Amino acid sequence: MNEQDTPHPGTEVTPAEGHGTAVRLDEGHVVGEGGLPDRFTNPGLPHHVPRMADLDERAAKRAEKQVATLFGLSILGTLLFIVLYFAIDIEQTVFIPGVGTTSASNFALGITLAISLLGIGLGAVHWAKTLMPDTEVVEERHPMRASDESRQRVVDELAGGGRSSQITRRPLIKYTLGGALGLFAVPIVLQVAGSLGPMPQKSLSLTWWNGGPSGPGEEPTFTPLRLMRDPENTPIRADDVTIGSVFHVMPEGLLPDPVTHEGGAEHLLEEKAKAAVLLMRLDPDQIQSQKELDWGYEGIVAYSKICTHVGCPVGLYEQQTHHLLCPCHQSTFDVTQDCKVIFGPAKRPLPQLKIDVDDEGYLVSAAPFAEAVGPSFWERG
Amino acid sequence: MNALAARRRHPAAIAVLILLGLVLTGALYAVVAPKPADAATSAAPAQSVEEGRNLFRANCASCHGTNAEGRPTGNGDTIAGPSLAGVGAAAVDFQMGTGRMPMTQPGVQAPAGGQINFTDEEIASIGAYIASLAPGPEVPSEEMVDPTRGDPALGGALFRVNCAMCHNFAASGGALTRGKYAPGIGADVTPTHIYEAMVTGPQSMPVFNDNNLTPESKRDIIAFLDAINTQENPGGMALGSLGPVTEGLFAWVFGLGILVAAAVWLGSKAA
Repeated sequence: MNEQDTPHPGTEVTPAEGHGTAVRLDEGHVVGEGGLPDRFTNPGLPHHVPRMADLDERAAKRAEKQVATLFGLSILGTLLFIVLYFAIDIEQTVFIPGVGTTSASNFALGITLAISLLGIGLGAVHWAKTLMPDTEVVEERHPMRASDESRQRVVDELAGGGRSSQITRRPLIKYTLGGALGLFAVPIVLQVAGSLGPMPQKSLSLTWWNGGPSGPGEEPTFTPLRLMRDPENTPIRADDVTIGSVFHVMPEGLLPDPVTHEGGAEHLLEEKAKAAVLLMRLDPDQIQSQKELDWGYEGIVAYSKICTHVGCPVGLYEQQTHHLLCPCHQSTFDVTQDCKVIFGPAKRPLPQLKIDVDDEGYLVSAAPFAEAVGPSFWERG
Repeated sequence: MNALAARRRHPAAIAVLILLGLVLTGALYAVVAPKPADAATSAAPAQSVEEGRNLFRANCASCHGTNAEGRPTGNGDTIAGPSLAGVGAAAVDFQMGTGRMPMTQPGVQAPAGGQINFTDEEIASIGAYIASLAPGPEVPSEEMVDPTRGDPALGGALFRVNCAMCHNFAASGGALTRGKYAPGIGADVTPTHIYEAMVTGPQSMPVFNDNNLTPESKRDIIAFLDAINTQENPGGMALGSLGPVTEGLFAWVFGLGILVAAAVWLGSKAA
């Protein structure tokens, strides 16, 4: 841009006589004359550039053959699909490099279907791009606004209808109709709110370790429950738990029989999700928390497996570092320090289950969890 | 030299220099890096405690101590090698048979797949020596680890409760804390080594003794692993069996990439 083209701030630029036309983009280089036009005219559409197939009949013929080839490929793919559908045994496997051993039928049908669909699609697009008319067309749109007479007529008819129905003259009808329509919304909202299920009541703070079923409305009374292996549902003796061991534990009575799948909790998944416990044995000298030692048994400690962050099962126990890692967000708990959070987004330590040994040498719970397990919730005490 | 000097401000000069430095460092490391001790040349077939003791002293004692009593490092806060009393022949067979031991260099974890410079007889001799120090788990018999005798369905239930949180639902492995990881358990891991890992609890892995998982349960787990490692994959690419992470990445990169490319092609002018 020339120096004189740029208006300096504060200086008035008055277009000189005869400078009122804009430069068209398709006129090539135009030497500027200075000043600004009064109005920029619509430059319009760029010039239409004809394609090879528009000018040369041989090119058009070639394009036709290409489109036909693509459609032919699609026909071939479809026919192959039908043949292979019957020809390949559904159990047959084949090794495909980069994919591995996979079902021969799936692979063949997928490839042929892809050829048949892509043939149609690519052919149609190629046809449109090379042979179908590509001249730019402008289609003018009629104005959206209705004429003033039509608009006035609508207003008159509505107002007249209101008057003739007498709703303005008879307020009793107006207010009862409003009340009826307004109240009608209540049943719809009520169904949605009501179908959210029962209120959790105390069930978020209770687990099966409180003595049995802990759903809404249940009032379990504490009885010592044996610690059972998950999923075998067999009790655990204290001397089974050697140093470095980890047992995945459920309370007695919760799990069904592992073979017959009979018995167990009525709401099995809800109860399992709250009652899951991890049982570990450490050298008592390594445990730094006196409460952890007191609530355990000779270095055997039981902690809730439900992460205090968002409730994932914290199952990754490293027996050398005694770290418990949550696989979802990498919260790390140190088992030697009463499962204190040493890394990650969890805010509270995992709740410990107080355990003891019964007369037969099996591990039992000595008390339910002292706090609610799992993530925080509003009413959490 | 003039040509070099003239091109020193070329935009590619930095990249070339960095590449050169990397190649040089790599080559230097390959030359200097510690090599596994290769002292075991005698191939005596006799599985004897005496033979094992000699092999142990030649290959393992620098970390585990002359009599496998364990040894601290110079800075005192960590151990170079733990005491091996009571780990049993199973631990020796697992650690040496998978190439984890002898460790070529210190690290948070001994990786599998190192070069195994010992014959089965030599490993058995060292195992016999270690087992003579204190009782420990034995190498399991062929029958105890035979996948065809196990119940894969029950093994799957046991695997999902006891193993899947670290080793992944499809046994393709997963990350632990601070660079440690649970390795994948693919078809290349022998049933014997799977059994030994469960019963000895190598490195970060907890111990699953016979009172926790009975030998029959361990065989069921081996049968389950054998079943998932030999089954075909009708859906095609497993993408590492890592779950939604790789699948999502694949869909976003390739699926969306193809769609974007198609949209660009459709919108471009033919002429």
